[in-house]
Amino acid sequence: MVSNVIEVEDLVTHYGDRMILKGISMEVREGEIMVIMGGSGSGKSTLLRHLMALEQKTSGTMSILGHDIDTLSMTEMFDLRKKLGVAFQSGALFSSMTVGENVMLPLFEHTRLDRATMDIMVNMKLEVVELGGYGSLMPAELSGGMIKRAAFARAVVMDPKILFCDEPSAGLDPAVASALDDLILRLRDALGMSIVVVTHELDSAFKIADRMTVLDRGDILFIGTPDEIRASSNDRIQKILNRQADSEEIEIDEYLARLTGSDMYGGAEL
Amino acid sequence: MASETQLTGIARTAERVGRMTVTAVEEIGNGAVLVLQSVFWLFMGRRYGQPVRLGAVVEQMKEIGIKAIPILVLLNGTIGIMLAIQSIYTLSIFGAENQVTKAVGIVVVREFAPLITGILIAGRSGSALAARLGTMRINQEIDALHVMGINPVRFLVVPSLLAMLIMVPLLTFMCDVVGVFAAAVYVDLTLGISITAFFDQTIETVAVADLFHGLGKSALFAVLIAVIGVVNGASVTGGAEGLGRVTTRSVVQAISAIVLTDMIFAYIATLG
Repeated sequence: MVSNVIEVEDLVTHYGDRMILKGISMEVREGEIMVIMGGSGSGKSTLLRHLMALEQKTSGTMSILGHDIDTLSMTEMFDLRKKLGVAFQSGALFSSMTVGENVMLPLFEHTRLDRATMDIMVNMKLEVVELGGYGSLMPAELSGGMIKRAAFARAVVMDPKILFCDEPSAGLDPAVASALDDLILRLRDALGMSIVVVTHELDSAFKIADRMTVLDRGDILFIGTPDEIRASSNDRIQKILNRQADSEEIEIDEYLARLTGSDMYGGAEL
Repeated sequence: MASETQLTGIARTAERVGRMTVTAVEEIGNGAVLVLQSVFWLFMGRRYGQPVRLGAVVEQMKEIGIKAIPILVLLNGTIGIMLAIQSIYTLSIFGAENQVTKAVGIVVVREFAPLITGILIAGRSGSALAARLGTMRINQEIDALHVMGINPVRFLVVPSLLAMLIMVPLLTFMCDVVGVFAAAVYVDLTLGISITAFFDQTIETVAVADLFHGLGKSALFAVLIAVIGVVNGASVTGGAEGLGRVTTRSVVQAISAIVLTDMIFAYIATLG
């Protein structure tokens, strides 16, 4: 029987008076890639921050790797976090450290390994993300895709049980985005971790997901496999799926009109 | 109608003042919590597997202290000479130019060296701290630390605070010597009092209490600079524009706090 690494029950959260998540219940199974999708303002980033235990919820329960996070002491929370990895949208590499030092940081902080062993582990992880030989560069010297891969290397350096990825392919050209999707699949297969990915890129989502959670206005619209989502007769799901089809079939005149702003803004203002 | 407009204006002003007061109280509270958290992680960090790294403190000490030495020497040397010029001019009214040795030493040690050092470090390192933390917040680096199980206060704030607390008094002491030395050189050239004689008389005049008065103030300034930098950096919103705003704000707040604290410290220290 497959166990759940994350279980969320009736999660409600507010920013001020505004309810952002309206009673989310979901689980992430061991070894699966769960993709969380939704439009802007659907609450997917907030949900991800909750799953990473970065936000205070209003109500509901949440357990990560079998631990109810409300009952954890500070030390237990530190220990739990060592089993989580995260690759943020921006990479979130420390600009004052080299790529190698960035990847080494969790090892340096949480283990008593000697420097030579840490160097070997860092190089191995950099090889996994195809950045072997780039360890001595500063983050500012890397391209967008390389920064994201370096962030992946740092996220998996402690061999976490769960890896969180926030918009991994955002801002990347299709080829680099596709390579990053392959990397996520490879990491899951090679390291056997559960992966939670937040994205609004449909191609990427359908390529990597074992299951998908679709959020809409703070509520879960659908949870299922990619095939189940494709077969869904739910209007809102179909709208989300067709939005991509629309954008792919855009006429050249419309594309130019959008590019010049004459369509959206009537050409009157910037 | 006119009085109604006037009333609305008064209400708006009152609301604005109220909001500013609440914000100020909130920021002071955040600063106090930050100091307490820093003390906690400094002494208890090892117990929770979060030790404060000596290497990080040394790195910050280099950044805050060593790199500031040239400009501090220049400024404090200039101020030492300026004080000598003004003192000789003023004392000459009473025919007491020779007393310049006593005047300059006390003023430099008790007032100018800590003040100039504090203001310069606030402008140089306080703003850099606010900008660094602000950038890290915008780039989600602080979130990354949280998720990696690294406490940001222990990892980022304590080394900076500790480095400030060590380096600002040390730099102040250096500036004491530089200011007095520069004044001594000027007095040697103008009044013919030798540098050795100037230092001897300064040591005779300046009590240990005067030295600690200046160094004690500088330690307070160090805490203010670090805390104001961190509180501002951590509160950044709105990308690059917001970052510029909090950086400027942290410099203005730190310098204002230094001058105000200086006055209160001087008043209390000279009470009885």
